[in-house]
Amino acid sequence: MRRKLLGRDLSSPVMLGPYALLFSYFVLLPILVAIYLSFTYFNTVQPPEFIGLTNYVNIFTQDTVFLRNVLPNTLKFAILVGPLGYCLQFLLAWVLTQVPKWPRTILALLFYSPSITSGIAMAVIWKIIFSGDQLGYLNNLLISLKFISEPVQFLASVDYLLPIMIIVTLWGSMGIGFLAMMGGILNISPEIYEAGYIDGVSNRFQEIVYITIPSMKPQMLFGAVMAIVNAFSAGNIGVDLTGANPTPQYAGQLMVNHIEDYGILQYDMGYAAALSVVLLLLIAVFSKIANTLFTEKD
Amino acid sequence: MARKRKKRLPTSMMNPSRFEAGQIKLYVILIPLALFSALPILYLITTAFKPLDELFAFPPRFFVRRPSLRNFQEIMRMMTSGGIPFSRYLFNTLVSSVLTVVGTIYISLNSAYVLSKKRFRGKKLLFTINTAALMFVPAAVKVPRYLLVYKAGMLNTFWALVVPMLAMPVGLFLIKQNLDQVPDSLIEAARIDGAKEYRILYLIVAPVIKPALVTVAILSFQTAWNNVEYSQLYINNDTIKTFAFYISSLTSNVGNTVAGQGMAAAGSLILFLPNLLIFIIMQSKVVNTMANSGIK
Repeated sequence: MRRKLLGRDLSSPVMLGPYALLFSYFVLLPILVAIYLSFTYFNTVQPPEFIGLTNYVNIFTQDTVFLRNVLPNTLKFAILVGPLGYCLQFLLAWVLTQVPKWPRTILALLFYSPSITSGIAMAVIWKIIFSGDQLGYLNNLLISLKFISEPVQFLASVDYLLPIMIIVTLWGSMGIGFLAMMGGILNISPEIYEAGYIDGVSNRFQEIVYITIPSMKPQMLFGAVMAIVNAFSAGNIGVDLTGANPTPQYAGQLMVNHIEDYGILQYDMGYAAALSVVLLLLIAVFSKIANTLFTEKD
Repeated sequence: MARKRKKRLPTSMMNPSRFEAGQIKLYVILIPLALFSALPILYLITTAFKPLDELFAFPPRFFVRRPSLRNFQEIMRMMTSGGIPFSRYLFNTLVSSVLTVVGTIYISLNSAYVLSKKRFRGKKLLFTINTAALMFVPAAVKVPRYLLVYKAGMLNTFWALVVPMLAMPVGLFLIKQNLDQVPDSLIEAARIDGAKEYRILYLIVAPVIKPALVTVAILSFQTAWNNVEYSQLYINNDTIKTFAFYISSLTSNVGNTVAGQGMAAAGSLILFLPNLLIFIIMQSKVVNTMANSGIK
């Protein structure tokens, strides 16, 4: 064997090196610092002072906004946009595989486009559609169809804001995960289906549960991870739509906004850091669930 | 035997080759949904081309009667009036995006190769850390990151646009999964033939996983192109800010006026187009990626 010690042993660290370095410095280190900060009181002007678990205790006992608005909002939003969005992605991907190639490609393009629009600029369009006066498209439509007689303040109303945020986010959620699942379904060989039908699968629903899904577990996992992360980290929608952080009466407040609120607007970085750790734990729990559902046992 | 009697068995209707009547009910669902998806974007396009009077029109009209380039000209004018030519921003963003894409692919490919094909202790741990990092919300790490960029002396430099983005956990994840599918025998054969690691990776393995590389390229391009945060936080020098940042600040300043909406739409459109183009060009490869990262 040529190239023994020097060649073989060096190549791994050299190749892994750049990524490891960049990752540690720009991704890992900030996270560790944030975790450390969560145990301190830090107003970005004076050096942080250690206060132990006080931040965490405060989150769950003192912070009424958190308990009354942010946490329920975030959970509602995340569950609807996350798992529901994920199911929608899967269903849509599945339905698309039932049509021939060209219609499928065009339709897929139409579904994927929203996910590549950029946040703030797209929010302007949504603001126009949902605008609270007669000029807003939705209001105009509803009025002319005589469903309502006066324009509804969609974006300023406490009741409508969160559903609107959910709809807008779902609209834009047919992204890479969706494509992944579509690719996964297309990749399953027809023979498996035939074998399944011979063995007694009797309708399409069973086919999906027993054949299709198990055959594309890696893609399902990938889609799930992307969906979870996006659902929990979508924060800017509320702020973009209403133009204010915090949103009116905290109706659109998600954990991410709450973090920004405290961290950047109120200069309490320690508290914000504690909030993000809580958020991280939430995400981790959901991811673990997804993992156990979808990992290959090998 | 089953093949000859295919028509009789209720075999799956997956991926049909031509149009059949049974598909109509699917189209009934799909087409309205597709319209819902596409509508805001259509609206984006029509608004971008509307002249001022049509923007003010009441009741609001959907389609544009006399398309004009006024909004685009306005954007260019506003950008240039700041003393910095419009093309400079585009140039910044283009260069930083390309650099990011190339850098990300290079780094992720190397590392994924090590994580996938080499054996060493702690390999799984490293990968788990990487996946865990995916789950930490960026907003939370803004301040620490800022301090670190400052410490590295990169504030206000062009590098601040590229370097922080190079380590993309999603990219590593995707490429590694794909590499896991590449049979070890291929690599062994190359090694026996005397190739060095780099050669194996770039000449033999990379072509096999090209779809995954393309996907990562698209993802990182989109992240870099649409990136507003880095210009906002790390750079004060106007000449190196990105186009996306400029459009976004323009939008938040004037986007609430009706006249501003036209400009906002025009700006969005400019941002949107490269993404769309790249996606269309590469999309068959992307679907292939996902197909090939399967069990086969």
